[in-house]
Formats: sequence, structure tokens, C-alpha cells
Amino acid sequence: MPIFDPSYSTDNFFDEMMTSKGQVRPHYDRLHKRLGVLAEDDFNKRRAAVDLAFLRRGVTFTVYNDSEGTERIFPFDLIPRIIPGKEWAHIETGLIQRITALNLFLHDIYHDQKILKDKIVPAVQILTAKHYRREFMNFSVPKNIYIHICGTDLIRDHDGQYLVLEDNLRCPSGVSYMLENRAAMRRAFPNVFQSYGIQPVEGYSDQLLKDLRYIAPRGGSKPNVVLLTSGIYNSAYFEHTFLARQMGIPIVEGRDLIVKSSKVYMLTTAGLVQVDVIYRRIDDDFLDPYVFRSDSLLGVPGLVSAYRAGNVSIANAIGTGVADDKAIYAFVPKMIKYYLDQDPILANVPTYLASDPTERKYILENMDKLVVKSANEAGGYGMLIGPASTQAEVADFRNKVAENPRNFIAQDPIMLSRSPTWCNGKLEGRHIDLRPYILYGEKVTVTPGGLTRVALRKGSLVVNSSQGGGSKDTWVLRAES
Amino acid sequence: MPYNEKQPVSRPQATVMLSRVAHSLYWMSRYIERAENTARLLEVNQQFILDFQGFDDTDLKEHWGSILASAEDDVLFKTIYEVADSHNVIDFMSLDSRNPNSILSCIFAARENARMIRDQISIEMWETINELYLFLKGRSSTEIWARGPYEFFEDIKRHSHLFQGLTESTFSRTEGWEFIQFGKFIERADKTTRILDVKYHILLPDASEVGGAVDTAQWQAVLRSASALEAYHRFYVHEILPWKAAEFIIFSETFPRSLYYCVTRVDEFLCRILAETGPRRRTAAARASKRLLSDLQSLAINDILKKGLHEFLVETQKSLDHIGDEVVQTTMFYKAEVSSEEQQQQQ
Repeated sequence: MPIFDPSYSTDNFFDEMMTSKGQVRPHYDRLHKRLGVLAEDDFNKRRAAVDLAFLRRGVTFTVYNDSEGTERIFPFDLIPRIIPGKEWAHIETGLIQRITALNLFLHDIYHDQKILKDKIVPAVQILTAKHYRREFMNFSVPKNIYIHICGTDLIRDHDGQYLVLEDNLRCPSGVSYMLENRAAMRRAFPNVFQSYGIQPVEGYSDQLLKDLRYIAPRGGSKPNVVLLTSGIYNSAYFEHTFLARQMGIPIVEGRDLIVKSSKVYMLTTAGLVQVDVIYRRIDDDFLDPYVFRSDSLLGVPGLVSAYRAGNVSIANAIGTGVADDKAIYAFVPKMIKYYLDQDPILANVPTYLASDPTERKYILENMDKLVVKSANEAGGYGMLIGPASTQAEVADFRNKVAENPRNFIAQDPIMLSRSPTWCNGKLEGRHIDLRPYILYGEKVTVTPGGLTRVALRKGSLVVNSSQGGGSKDTWVLRAES
Repeated sequence: MPYNEKQPVSRPQATVMLSRVAHSLYWMSRYIERAENTARLLEVNQQFILDFQGFDDTDLKEHWGSILASAEDDVLFKTIYEVADSHNVIDFMSLDSRNPNSILSCIFAARENARMIRDQISIEMWETINELYLFLKGRSSTEIWARGPYEFFEDIKRHSHLFQGLTESTFSRTEGWEFIQFGKFIERADKTTRILDVKYHILLPDASEVGGAVDTAQWQAVLRSASALEAYHRFYVHEILPWKAAEFIIFSETFPRSLYYCVTRVDEFLCRILAETGPRRRTAAARASKRLLSDLQSLAINDILKKGLHEFLVETQKSLDHIGDEVVQTTMFYKAEVSSEEQQQQQ
């Protein structure tokens, strides 16, 4: 029996493959035909082969609070998400516009703070932001770039409109899955793949290395770039080694680096070798125990002094996290207008700030209809989905918001678009989002594609890997539509 | 921007090696080698006992006891198990996570080291270690005994050989290679001395039994434990003589598991790692290695037997330990040299 079953229903959601009238969207046409003749046995064999390959290659993430398994594969769904070239062009320009504005914003708030003086963004929002680093006021980062690597989460609403859900400006992860998923799909469906005209994602690591070298302080043709990890217990450790290998750069832990006379060196078998650029995959707080958390064993004592002296560059820049605070997110459309004098190409999800008295009142009164998020949590933790919660959970969150309004925002729930996904032995619609990866060097580049995450539990809107999410390959087509 | 106009990025030269990475490569390699040797030792001796159905309990205990003693694991064994029979000893030395030298512990440790440096080894090498790990993780003692331990040991050895072959054909000949080889040969040298020492621990047979069926079979087992039986026969056509077997395992210049061969390689890779080029050695590690090598070059089997084979083997093990430690120390740069100047600048 073929795996695509004519009884497939969109259930009145925006479906990536089918229109509400049950017609196949043109860019899914060939895939749909293939699924219509693909036997279930054959499909299952390919699925098993892909899962085994992931396990053998160790394409895994670490589960926190789990003493037993510790490493798991990220569930992978074989049905790709397809985006026509024209749609992608819209996304791409929107993302470039957004990261450009965010970067100007960071430069501004660490220098003249014009946007605060002009009262576009209330100063109190910045001063109380958890990741605002006042120590870096008037410090100029190399080439004025703060956000070298960005992963922006996009969703599609009921009408198929792309919206920005959040900006991840600290250490966005998942790019290795984007690359590994692509490799897996190419092996699993070589024929469909070849004939589809898909834009390649493989340029990512080369572009990343190029952008990291671009900020090297000493110049020269061979700067030493390293990737700083917290070690094998980090949930994204696989990704750290993956990227280091792809770029051919050393992966270092804090204990492999020392600082002497405000220069950073790595400890090698032949002695000390100076480091020029650090692609850090640990948060600001853990970078340097002299400056930030003194109990951090992950960091490098003295690193900040070397950074200040201009002897080493760090990507992303220290202090960048202030711009991915969810309360700051609400102001990004205004930033785009303020710095670029343009209208935002990609809209935000309608957002209410609990710190604003009027909006707080609205949030507290309508909490059971809203999605409430804590401003600085990631991974789907610290949030409430009002319509799906019990009265007790709502009441609990209401107290939290009332107690510490600065730390919360609320958004209208968005009925995320759905994509056909293999669940319980058949194809069913499941909600998805999209995280494209944006790199900022000499110019801004967006890898065509990204990580499509899917909520595998029926009806669930939470796509995070830590909460039962999986992923799909994302095909951006060369063809316009 | 699409990537179709990709510009090539020249790679940084892979000439620097973090001390931590070097040491992980070294330990990864040692642990794999250790697991393989343990698998072979257990397989051969399990086979040996099956060949001698006449063994009573005392003989069995003596036999396995000597194997535990040669691995210096006898004390730990006694705290966990009561009887040193085939089942218990094989369980203890293959699957017991309480024994840090068990095959299971070695493979887990090798994989943990490999995981820390995944970016440094080839994907094929990583996959092989990971596969072996997944294989072991899914095995229980009952399962192994049901299938017969022979196949289990075969699996371990095959994976180890596969790993070494892949290392040979996919790993660049950089400093990392030198650490891998250094680790492999130092472990192999140590294990060869222990395999030989097993024979010492078996109570010396009566004069009448020298050359008897049991004695010959035991020496055969020793040779097979070192994969040396065929090589021995090719070299000495006649029957197995104890001193000839010992001589072969210690001094063969061509057999790749002989002590002499391994120590020669240890010295070679150590000199490359420490950049020892002159005739007079600069580092303590290189001097110790040269001493050991000179001993093996100047001694004859009679000198060793006169002094006592066991004493010679124990001394050799100590030298190897010392050499390994010294190399690790010499290639490790401690943070102690960082002055407190940085801290003051911050405050």
C-alpha cells in the first residue's frame, strides 16, 4: 500500500502540501506523486536505514536531567518541507533587513543610545535586561559586527503568512542537523532529490569560517580560529565537533586556553600558540570567571581583558544577548523603521509586554487565551500555552507575571502551519516551524533552507527537541514557484 | 545570498595539536588495544580449558588465577566474586563495569576519549568505535554465554582490527598519528609481557612434565594469546620449547607483537613526538626508552632466565609505565605559568 493515503486531512489548518480545497500545491506535486506510489515497506526500510546511520554516526543530542540515556538521536521525519524560490526570496530579504537593524541596535545601545533618548525603546527595558552588559559601553567590536551567527525562528499562521517568533542571537544551535538531514535525504531518496532542483546548504561551514576570519584582529592570511565548547556534556556537543571538523579548526575547552599579557593562547604539544578568533558556544556568563560568574569552570580567566585589548575577537560579541530578550523582540519592527526607515518585511507575532501597565492588565485578564513566555528562557521551558492549560496552571502563571512583570511577555496563539509527517504508521498533519541560519561577515548571507522542526505529538505546538520535537529536511527550490 | 558563487576558503594548517587532544588520541588507542588483547587472552584460555576436560577445580582455579594475577586484577576480583571459574573470570574481565580493565570499560573509555576529539579523527574511525560501543551496550552476560563467548571475542577483535586498519588508511600522518601509534605499541608491549607472565604464574610443572602434553599446550596457549603461534612455527620448525617460545615473544625482530618489536616502535614514535633527533637524548622519557631498548638489544634469553623471567617482565612493565607517564607530562603545558597579573588588571 502506498504511504500517501487519500483520506489525509488538513483539519482546517494551513497545510504546507495541500490547499484547504484538497488540492496539492504545485511545488509539492512531484513529491506527492512519489509518495502515492511508494510502498510502506520500502518507506520503512529507508526510515530504518536513516535512523541507524544517525545512531552510528553519533548524530545525537544530550538530554539533561536524564541519568540513563544521556544521548539520543533527534527524531527525523523523511517527508521534506518544500519552499518555492519566490517565497524564499521574501524570507531572505526579510531576515537580512532584520539582522541589519538588530546589529545597528546593539551598536547604538552600547554607544550613543539614541534609540533610548528618542524614546522608541524605553530605557528601563534595556537597563533591566538580563543580558545587557554595561561593562561594554563604548567598547567597539571588530568591524562593528555583534551578531555573526543568528538563527531566527519563523512560523506560518493560518493564512500561510511567515512571522518571526524569536531571534536567537547568542549560540543558536541546530545547524548541524540542517546539514546532516540533507545528507540523509540525499541517501534515502536519491532520485526525487536529484530531479527537484534544490538549492544547496553545504556552503554554510565555508561561509562561517570566512566570516570568522574576517574579524581576526591581526589580519594576515592565516588567523587561528577556534571553537570554544563547554565539553562533551553540552547538549549540542555533537554540533560543536561537527562544525569544527567541517571548518578544520581546533575545538577547545576553557582548560585548553590561557591568557598571558592580554593575549589568548592554546596549550599545544609544541607549546603556546596564539588564538585570533573564538567562535564561542558558551554563554557570556561562563566566558571569564574574573569578570562574569566566578564559579564558572568552563571559561578562560583573563579572556575579557584580551578581548578588550583587541587581541582576540569573539563571535557572537559579548553583550549580544540583550537583543534576543523576548521583551526587546517586541520592539524590532520599530527598530527597523528607526534605523533603516523601512517597513518590516517579516512581521512579528502580536506581542504584549507585561511591563506595560495597560498590556499587563490585558494579559492578566486574558491569560487563558494567550501564550505567555518568560523573557530569557529557551528550549520551550518557562512558557504557558493558555488554551491548552489547566486553571491551576493559569493561576500559577498569573502570580508569576504579577510578581515580576519585566520578565514576561504574552502573544496571541498562532495556529502553526502543518506538514504531512509520518506518525503512527501513516501520514498525518503536524505543526512545524523553521529556523534559517544567517551569517554576518563582509556581507549578510542566509543559507537557503534551515532547520524545520516538527511537533510530533498530535496537536502539540511545541517543536523543541527537549519537548518531543523532531526535524525535517528543508528544500528551497531554484524554481520561483 | 545563494551559495552558487562559492569562494574557496584556504584551510588553516593542521600543525598545532592541543595537549588535551594528543592525550585523548593516546588513550583512545591504548584502550582499544587493551580490549583486543584481553579478548584474545580470554578466548585462548577458554579454549585451552575446553581442550583439557581432565582439569579439576583446583587446576581451573590455578589457571584463571594466574590470568587474573598477570593483569593485576586478582585483588579486585576477590572482592566481587567468590570462585575463579571460567564463567566468573570471563564475566569480570569482559563485561563487568566495576572492573576498569574489563573489555566493556576499555571500550567505553576509548569511546569517551574519541567523543572528546571527534573532529580530529575520521568519520570511519568514529563510526567503528561507536558501533562497538553500541554493540557492547546492548549485550548481557546471559546473551553472550548463550551464543558462546567465542563469537563475542571475535567481534571485539574484528572491530579492533577494523579500527586499526581504518586509522592506517584514513588518518593523516601528523603528530596525532604519532600519539596513536605510541599509545598502541606501549599498550601492546605491556600486554605481551603480561601474556608471557601468565605462564610464570602457573605453578612450575614437575621436571617429568616439562615437554609433556599439558606443558606444550600451555605454551601453545601463550603463543596463541599473542597471535604468535603460526609465526613461531614459521621461524622454528621444531616443536614448542619453553625457552624458544619465550625467546620468540621477547626478541623477535619481525613479529609485530613481540616485546622487542613493540619497544622499537615505542622508541621511534616517542622520538618523533619529543623531537629527539640527536644520539644523546634530551628528555627523561627518551632516555628511559633508550635504556629499555638497549637492554632488549644486548640481553640473551639465558640472561633473562637466569635472572628470572617474572622479575624481568615486571621490571619491563615498570619501565613502560614510566615512559608513558613521562611523555604525557612532557607534552602537557600547565596553566601554573599564568601569572596573577591578568587577575589584577581586571579589578
